[in-house]
Amino acid sequence: MYDICIIGAGVTGCAVARELSRYEAKVCVIEKCEDVCCGTSKANSAIVHAGFDAPEGSLMARMNVEGNRMMDRLARELDFPFRRNGSLVVCMNEEDLPGLQALYDRGMKNGVEGLRILSGEEAREMEPNLSDALAGALYAPSGGIVCPFGMTIALAENANVNGVEFQFDTEVVKIRKEEQYYGIETNRGLVESRYVVNAAGVYADVIHNMVSGRKIKITPRRGDYYLLDHSAGNHVTRTIFQLPTRLGKGVLVSPTVHGNLIVGPTAIDVEDREGTNTTREGMDELAVKAGMTVKNLPLGQVITSFAGLRAHEEGHEFIIGEAEDAKQFIDAAGIESPGLSSAPAIGVMVAKLLRERMGLWEKEGFIPERKGILNPAELGMEERNALIREKPAYGTIVCRCESVTEGELIDAIHRPVGARSLDGIKRRTRTGMGRCQAGFCSPRTMEILARELGMGMEEITKCGGSSAVVMGRTKESMGKGGQGL
Amino acid sequence: MEKKELVCIGCPMGCPVTVTMEGNEITDITGNTCPRGRTYAEKEVTNPTRIVTSTVRVAGGDRPFISVKTKEDIPKEKIFDCMQEINGITVKAPVKIGDVVLENAAGTGVPVIATKAAAVV
Amino acid sequence: MRSYDIVVIGGGPAGLAAAASARKEGIDSILILERDKELGGILNQCIHNGFGLHTFQEELTGPEYAGRFIDIVKELGIPYALHTMVMGISREKVVTAMNREEGMFQIQAGAVILAMGCRERSRGALNIPGYRPAGIFSAGTAQRLVNMEGCMPGREVVILGSGDIGLIMARRMTLEGAKVKVVAELMPYSGGLKRNIVQCLDDYGIPLKLCHTVVDIRGKERLQGITLAQVDEKGRPIPGTQEEYSCDTLLLSVGLIPENELSRDMGVEMDPVTSGPVVNESLETSIPGVFACGNVLHVHDLVDYVSQEAGRAGTNAAAFVRGELHKDSGRTIRIIATEGVRYTVPRYIDDARMERLLTVRFRVGAVFRDSYISVYYNDERVMHRKKRIMAPGEMEEVVLQKEKTASYPDLERITIKIEKE
Repeated sequence: MYDICIIGAGVTGCAVARELSRYEAKVCVIEKCEDVCCGTSKANSAIVHAGFDAPEGSLMARMNVEGNRMMDRLARELDFPFRRNGSLVVCMNEEDLPGLQALYDRGMKNGVEGLRILSGEEAREMEPNLSDALAGALYAPSGGIVCPFGMTIALAENANVNGVEFQFDTEVVKIRKEEQYYGIETNRGLVESRYVVNAAGVYADVIHNMVSGRKIKITPRRGDYYLLDHSAGNHVTRTIFQLPTRLGKGVLVSPTVHGNLIVGPTAIDVEDREGTNTTREGMDELAVKAGMTVKNLPLGQVITSFAGLRAHEEGHEFIIGEAEDAKQFIDAAGIESPGLSSAPAIGVMVAKLLRERMGLWEKEGFIPERKGILNPAELGMEERNALIREKPAYGTIVCRCESVTEGELIDAIHRPVGARSLDGIKRRTRTGMGRCQAGFCSPRTMEILARELGMGMEEITKCGGSSAVVMGRTKESMGKGGQGL
Repeated sequence: MEKKELVCIGCPMGCPVTVTMEGNEITDITGNTCPRGRTYAEKEVTNPTRIVTSTVRVAGGDRPFISVKTKEDIPKEKIFDCMQEINGITVKAPVKIGDVVLENAAGTGVPVIATKAAAVV
Repeated sequence: MRSYDIVVIGGGPAGLAAAASARKEGIDSILILERDKELGGILNQCIHNGFGLHTFQEELTGPEYAGRFIDIVKELGIPYALHTMVMGISREKVVTAMNREEGMFQIQAGAVILAMGCRERSRGALNIPGYRPAGIFSAGTAQRLVNMEGCMPGREVVILGSGDIGLIMARRMTLEGAKVKVVAELMPYSGGLKRNIVQCLDDYGIPLKLCHTVVDIRGKERLQGITLAQVDEKGRPIPGTQEEYSCDTLLLSVGLIPENELSRDMGVEMDPVTSGPVVNESLETSIPGVFACGNVLHVHDLVDYVSQEAGRAGTNAAAFVRGELHKDSGRTIRIIATEGVRYTVPRYIDDARMERLLTVRFRVGAVFRDSYISVYYNDERVMHRKKRIMAPGEMEEVVLQKEKTASYPDLERITIKIEKE
């Protein structure tokens, strides 16, 4: 019997898990995929929003601004990449300038610091690649960029080190309310827990509606993205948003913490909660829209395109709190943008609610800090050589595009909540994320995974489930014959 | 009378060549634009042959597989029989390039030889 | 810091031939740096035959061809380091490399020969819409899995792109028991050799669909199928021509890109058409003493040409080390590729340094039938050679004569173009 079971190991679930790991409680996270960060958390804009977007007084606004403020300390404690690069909302038409002012006013009311309205010229001075047709911009110095995988994984690892259990490949089928607890039926057996936290992303309505009569509805809203090569990573240095107009919300262009350039997202409501397919129309739309605000966008440098799903709730508001008709069941639902920015605050809010509700005590020996995977490229040559002498695997490059060593892969596999698939390795180390898109490194990564986990090459998957990379061995399909010497 | 349609592989032109046959006798070759096309077509309709390349397992070597080939070209229709025999072979390291791994591939009399060396570990 | 007269970056066919010829020119101090576990480069996984007809007058497989050059390098006693990744090269020719035994180390090179080869274009660069499941491989990755690791990438295969590696893999997968359903090619012609189309596709009844591309990818975990569509002359899918194929594997054979991260970082001038360094008649880049050869310079069709070119790079590097390469200098003459010619290698020649006969290699941008390769010295046409067919997949060449070049006192530019008559 667990005290608390968190459903979903995305950034929200992991933030809640990490905050709860401060307390004396038996906590588990169950996740239907094979790893943390497999849903919305892995495919988004990777932005830490300043907080001027959400309506004044909304929970969304509060969580965003609080989450943003927490980010520096969290990134330091948990050693994940985060940078306050600042953001600009750009306005293309004089007639839309009042919209920019409204955004500024809202931001001020939400408590966003340092907002400034710039003329077109001032904005272009900051970002020479902005369109010449610029009428003005809202500058938010507190806007930032973060590695969403790095952040989610860091939260999970730290939670795990502090005692939170993780169960992967575990899909909730049904939830039964018992007298004092919930019986969560999964494909891998029954999980019993006194409290349940619903952090199931695009499935949060399904999970919620299993226990509550007050139904909620989450619509998966697909966003297509382009990711551009490092060579395009400096095209803009701040995150460039477009001022929402009657023509739509627009797309952003931003550097990433790893030096790439990201362009996106579209916003297309879909039925399928796993519908992460990109479409020709979506990608064409991105090219047209992004080109309106940023000129000379080097779309020839695209190294990959992908799509993610936002968990859009009808009221466009975070639903955080105990379900009214299902005691001990805590929702963290409708966590769409700015969910990544808000996650640290959501973690604290849910943990506080449970602490008060359950009377939890702080545990002794909570370890607040976590060290990320050592990146030898950040060491000086002497330090690096000392490392290689001690652990020769740091002397072998596996991924040449991103310069990742075998030592980093081994670390990623064996650390808490370690990698078990090619994508797991990729999200932790960037192996295969570069311009050759794993053409060179995937056979090598498979060999290392197989060796370290004691598996056969045929068992290695891209992302768990039925995503085996290879299908058996050669020499198998045509029977035997011949007379070997 | 039978007509066979071929694409000449002699050069990037890829001339479509039509060979007319009376039983096993070639009665006409058309479509080729140079003598190489004629030579190719004659061989291809009367006795098409191919070199087969593949891999075999290695036991006790520094690599799990080595590459192999038929030492000469073999009749085209024997390719799959040859593959089946190759698939059954495991060679013991050490192997040198040119070592025979199968004496007589699919009854053609042509040996299969190693095209890669494997050292003992 | 250790120093060598010549450091060769890459131990594939280009690096091996370059090192061997530099040694034969009397340079003792040579080091080859190779990142893989053995010399030979990509040839080790190219187990099919068809290599070496020009160089050895016999038809070899990739490993055999590599083996011949590896033997030469070993007989010449040229040192090489395996498992060694070059991390950077400075303009001063300090090479920073890393391996397990020595860690990171630096070598001062007298001359550097860039011979890093090329890599395959990925799905991302093509922007194919759809899901991103397991089962999508570049043809070369699949080739490594099948031929080196003994793993089958899948059982039901569609191949996009009719480059030679894709064609070769269609046959290879078929021989290992997979069903290759179709090869789709965006262009109205195949980039592969006729021989490979006949012997890898026709022999096994595998259809080749020209002017077709993949417009959708299905399957959330493992690939389940793709949709092909016909494209118009601009490469855009034509509505209503979609055809669905079920498959568990999609191989991409959609082009090769010279692998020039190191060259770019050290600041050599690059050619945007080839994605390789700009070189002169000596295969020397914009940094004196830094040479480039093989697929890092421009993608070749035949390894024989790579070996030949690399041999020249080795000879020239040796001359540079001896202080002879730059002894004479004449005029710098630009070579201009235009009207059907996409690029030339080299891009510049110094007419005092050029060999008696200098081969200029180039590619055309489309299929040309019954057309002429023309060479102009300034505005005068000096060469006019008819070709029955030229295609982007086949490298072309013209040979320039030193004597003739010298006889044009005002020569500033040499133009190579394709003319109808």
